[in-house]
Amino acid sequence: MLQKLTITLAALAALILVWNLHTILLVLPDEINQGAAFRIIYFHVAAVFTSFCGFFLAMGLAIAYLVKKNLQYDAMSAAVTEVSAVFATVTLITGMFWGRIIWGIWWAWDPRMISYVVCLLFCWGYLMLRKAVDDPTQRARLSAVLLIFTTLDIVIVWKSIEWWRTQHPGPVLSIRNGGGMAPGMEAPIYWNVLALILLATSMALVRMRQESMQREIDAVRRYAHAM
Amino acid sequence: MTAVAIDNVWKFYGDFPALRDISFNVEPGSCLALLGRNGAGKTTLLKILAGLSKPGKGSVKILGEDARSQSTRYRTGVLGHGIGIYDELSALENLRLFASLYGVPRPVQTAEEWLERAGLDRVRDGLVREFSRGMRQRLAVARAFIHNPSLLLLDEPFTALDDKAIAVLQSLLNKARSEGRTIIMSTHQLREALELASDVALIARGRLAFRGERTREMLDDPGWLYRNYGE
Amino acid sequence: MASKVEPSPALIQTAPRQVKAGFLQQAFAIAGKDLRSEWRTKESINASLSFAIVILLLFSFAFDVSSEFSKEISGGLLWLVFAFAGALILNRSFARELVNDCLDALLSSPASGAQLYLGKCMSNFVMLLIVELMCLPVFTVFYNGLWVSQAPMLLAIFVMGTWGLTAIGTMFSAMTVNLRLRELMLPVLVYPMMIPALMAAIRLTTIVMAGDAVGGDDQIWIRLLIVFDAIFTLLAVTLVETVLVG
Repeated sequence: MLQKLTITLAALAALILVWNLHTILLVLPDEINQGAAFRIIYFHVAAVFTSFCGFFLAMGLAIAYLVKKNLQYDAMSAAVTEVSAVFATVTLITGMFWGRIIWGIWWAWDPRMISYVVCLLFCWGYLMLRKAVDDPTQRARLSAVLLIFTTLDIVIVWKSIEWWRTQHPGPVLSIRNGGGMAPGMEAPIYWNVLALILLATSMALVRMRQESMQREIDAVRRYAHAM
Repeated sequence: MTAVAIDNVWKFYGDFPALRDISFNVEPGSCLALLGRNGAGKTTLLKILAGLSKPGKGSVKILGEDARSQSTRYRTGVLGHGIGIYDELSALENLRLFASLYGVPRPVQTAEEWLERAGLDRVRDGLVREFSRGMRQRLAVARAFIHNPSLLLLDEPFTALDDKAIAVLQSLLNKARSEGRTIIMSTHQLREALELASDVALIARGRLAFRGERTREMLDDPGWLYRNYGE
Repeated sequence: MASKVEPSPALIQTAPRQVKAGFLQQAFAIAGKDLRSEWRTKESINASLSFAIVILLLFSFAFDVSSEFSKEISGGLLWLVFAFAGALILNRSFARELVNDCLDALLSSPASGAQLYLGKCMSNFVMLLIVELMCLPVFTVFYNGLWVSQAPMLLAIFVMGTWGLTAIGTMFSAMTVNLRLRELMLPVLVYPMMIPALMAAIRLTTIVMAGDAVGGDDQIWIRLLIVFDAIFTLLAVTLVETVLVG
């Protein structure tokens, strides 16, 4: 049943993406200030939104694990974090390409981009921690606590970097640069967001199943050693 | 009130149950020898009793309260695999630290009394890292007993002890029993343990395979239990 | 056959002679134990201090020390040195309890995880602060710091910033204590977490190193440090028991 759900979501995501790609690349005209490059923003914003939601969802799931002690929550939390890390990487890469085209530099120390690099560092640490713990129950407990700490910290990091930048101003990545988008141009953003969320969900479901199977294998191995 | 009430305790590592549905009681004043092969789950169970770990399912009540509660830990003395004393502190400083952590009213005096009982009063200011293994074991025993615990949890206490340390420990345990304290001791050294024990429990592959009084038969033939109830 | 002995009633009740120690009292006992142990060996402080001075020297090769530029980076330099040197102290923090299974002995004592954490946090704080205060004259001489007029403020920054580093570092030391790659994991996890505290401390120290007072706009960094310290200390005190007791 889970597999059917996963495939359905992925198929739906693919459909919307294809239709959206068609709209974005072929139907919409170039934007006044940014030229063709603004099309990157459609994917950048959708990826940001997806990964952002993912990080907070993962923290919620981590808290759910600590309260309920059900290892499925841990599997979900890990899956969502990994998928969010992927979308955060997409965010950074699309942002970098946009910046290269518009400002001529790959990296402009924009506060939001820096915060996202920090997000990725937290994800990396989280995944390293999970690899370092053999016992699944201990792994779940430690990663849940880590996730609570890092998610709370990322909010503080975000704010701090913004304050730092108000004292050392620099270029800012914003879709409102040209003074707002025309209404017709905004619709694809929302469709893209939907598509990426569906895609992210199906990826997370796959990853979750992997975690559950890994746990089963671990239990079988322990049985074998106990014999 | 039973001293220790273990109720349907399970302990999981992921999906693997290291302890399965363990239930038994230990009456106050008894001495229970917890037997089992390596990896059977004895240490896991003792850790739960000591409040170092929580059961996945089920409950453990010590003297009527949860094993991890603070009041229980005031009344429990634990001697684990590792001796639990600091190499960089002196014998006296170690005992003083644990005496104050356990709320002993006159920590320094009590520490000195126990150093004498353990035969370590002449090296009270010596750093533990300079002690011999036997001396460390005796200090560890003093640490476990210093706060007058009602329940003693010992994980393989006779392992690698020299004769003097074994003698000290045996006399302390005998005295503890005569004072009505409860002792739970996991062990491989069947002889020494069975002499002291009034009750026996055997854990095999995470399950409780046997629970009963220690009989003459067991004392005469320590392997009897394993042959009949173990693997 | 050994018979069961009837226990005396007093033994079954809470031993009336035991005195329940105050929360901070036990935390102080643990802090005192760590500091006494460290005083005897001076392992952590020696390693940390020598590492700090080496980095200060190395940085002098990377930048032109006499220029205006070095004044701008003075705070950053100092706090990066403290963060790196601090990691050595923090790594040892819970790791020193693994010898002889002392961690189990502490956890099975009436001291709660929170008291254990606070005790270690306080001892790490003292050790790191000592290293920092010893680095300060070296730094002042190497990089011509002018902080003397702002000494109280500098001390306050050191205190608040160091507490932030140790609050996070001690918690993560507890989290990684039983992991096989502990020495590698701790820096990876801890440095990103410290970013807000480091940013605030860096900004404030740079101002003070130049001899200026911390003005209106920059007071926000003091507030940030205080809030950071409060939030993460509270969070750690709440969650440390979950981490230490399986």
